[in-house]
Amino acid sequence: MTQSVAMTINGRRREDHVEPRLLLVHYLREVAGLTGTHIACDTSQCGACTVLIDGEAVKSCSVFTVQANGRQVTTIEGLAEDGVLHPVQQAFWNEHGLQCGFCTPGFIMAAAYLLKQNPSPTDEEIERGLEGNLCRCTGYENIRKAVRSASQAMNGTAAEPSAQLVGSAAAPVED
Amino acid sequence: MITAPFEYARPGSVDETQSLLNKYGSDAKVIAGGQSLIPLMRLRLSQPTALIDIQGIPGLNEVRRDNGSVEIGALVRHVDIQRNAMLRESLPILVEMSNDVGDNQVRNLGTIGGVIAHGDAAGDYNAAALMLDAEIITNKRRHQARDFYRDIFTTALEHDEVVTAVRFPVSTGRFAYTKFRRRLYDWAIAGVAVQETGSSWRVGYVNLATTPRRGSAVEAALAGGASAADAAAQSGSDIDPTSDVRATAEYKRHLTQVLTVRTLQKATMAA
Ligand SMILES: Cc1cc2nc3c(=O)[nH]c(=O)nc-3n(C[C@H](O)[C@H](O)[C@H](O)COP(=O)(O)OP(=O)(O)OC[C@H]3O[C@@H](n4cnc5c(N)ncnc54)[C@H](O)[C@@H]3O)c2cc1C
Ligand code: FES
Ligand code: FES
Repeated sequence: MTQSVAMTINGRRREDHVEPRLLLVHYLREVAGLTGTHIACDTSQCGACTVLIDGEAVKSCSVFTVQANGRQVTTIEGLAEDGVLHPVQQAFWNEHGLQCGFCTPGFIMAAAYLLKQNPSPTDEEIERGLEGNLCRCTGYENIRKAVRSASQAMNGTAAEPSAQLVGSAAAPVED
Repeated sequence: MITAPFEYARPGSVDETQSLLNKYGSDAKVIAGGQSLIPLMRLRLSQPTALIDIQGIPGLNEVRRDNGSVEIGALVRHVDIQRNAMLRESLPILVEMSNDVGDNQVRNLGTIGGVIAHGDAAGDYNAAALMLDAEIITNKRRHQARDFYRDIFTTALEHDEVVTAVRFPVSTGRFAYTKFRRRLYDWAIAGVAVQETGSSWRVGYVNLATTPRRGSAVEAALAGGASAADAAAQSGSDIDPTSDVRATAEYKRHLTQVLTVRTLQKATMAA
């Protein structure tokens, strides 16, 4: 038996019929065609599948699509505005906050959520805020740097903000 | 892994939830945040034939204080507990626990009602409910926490019983919680909670038996004037740990003694 669901994904409304057991991550990737959200551990551990529901970070491999019925979902594809990267995306680029990149969409979504809650986190708060995300490559140092630099860019306190950083500082995370 | 198929319903009230549970029969289950249930379903350790999603039911996400109690609605999430100023004043030990449940993503979905109904000995709030003599309020009755936790993942809840709220006594004395784990977002290998109520101490143990445990022997020793170290030496009779992939039972017993001393010291020095 399928169920009808309607939700807004990255600002666009969609309606579909889905099996109740379809996980949100599979819906996003296979039905909505948004493959930026990754699936890695498959056991609620790694955060690679992190998306925002009504502005709050969740692991989309641990939510059924039907539970998100009527809600606003934001994926990594929905962060950039008018071709300008979100400050967190730009900071991961600038600081090389990745190696293989597999964990990156999840980290960026979790970091965007963290900075909305706490615009100027300390290093410890960054670590705590990203505790639900695992990276097997970077050793986390450049990820921490990227979040720090995104925070500065978003608060307008970066030492030498690039033109792009200034340009994207106005792009808010969708509520 | 993909879960087994199931039917899904989203009722608008607790009464409707109860009738749906009866309609779908004994293999139907309530789903709240899904942060314990969905991982189990994906491993096919749980295969409910129907999920009754209670997240839309109004009135279950409130936190109230009256007389000497705080009542926390079943749908109040970990993140709501973390941010609740009244709870920080009236029940700070619960707020302290909420900061360390899982990670942001888990805390944005998981609920206190889910922790209580799941009855996991590793569920931090369960030890708090037990040691503080909380009351678990359902659509059918009020359970005393001391009679609620029966066995591993087994509570006194009946199949069509829905937790609607948990009621704690306001607890403003000195307290501390130590959650011992290898990585930040892990569950406790062992957890020790202490709370001063009036002139005595309450002690609770997380993940040190098939159910949450109260540190009755340690409490009695403290009441008799024992030092933290001498009281902690009694913890062996309060717990019944088993060996698992993370640690042997023997190690957990030793750990419990050490953590009990440290947690009591943390609580008395913090004040
Ligand atoms: C990576 C990870 C780490 C975690 N770490 C911790 C941790 O350290 N400590 C901890 O305590 N928890 C931890 N959790 C579990 C988390 O706290 C869950 O949110 C919680 O255990 C269950 O709440 P839920 O709302 O998600 O319940 P669900 O998963 O929806 O339900 C759990 C069970 O309770 C039943 N149920 C739920 N609500 C009700 C109700 N109102 N009435 C009757 N039955 C109900 C369901 O039928 C089901 O059997 C972790 C989870 C993950 C994924
Ligand atoms: S794929 Fe969802 S947490 Fe790892
Ligand atoms: S960059 Fe490879 S897992 Fe993080």
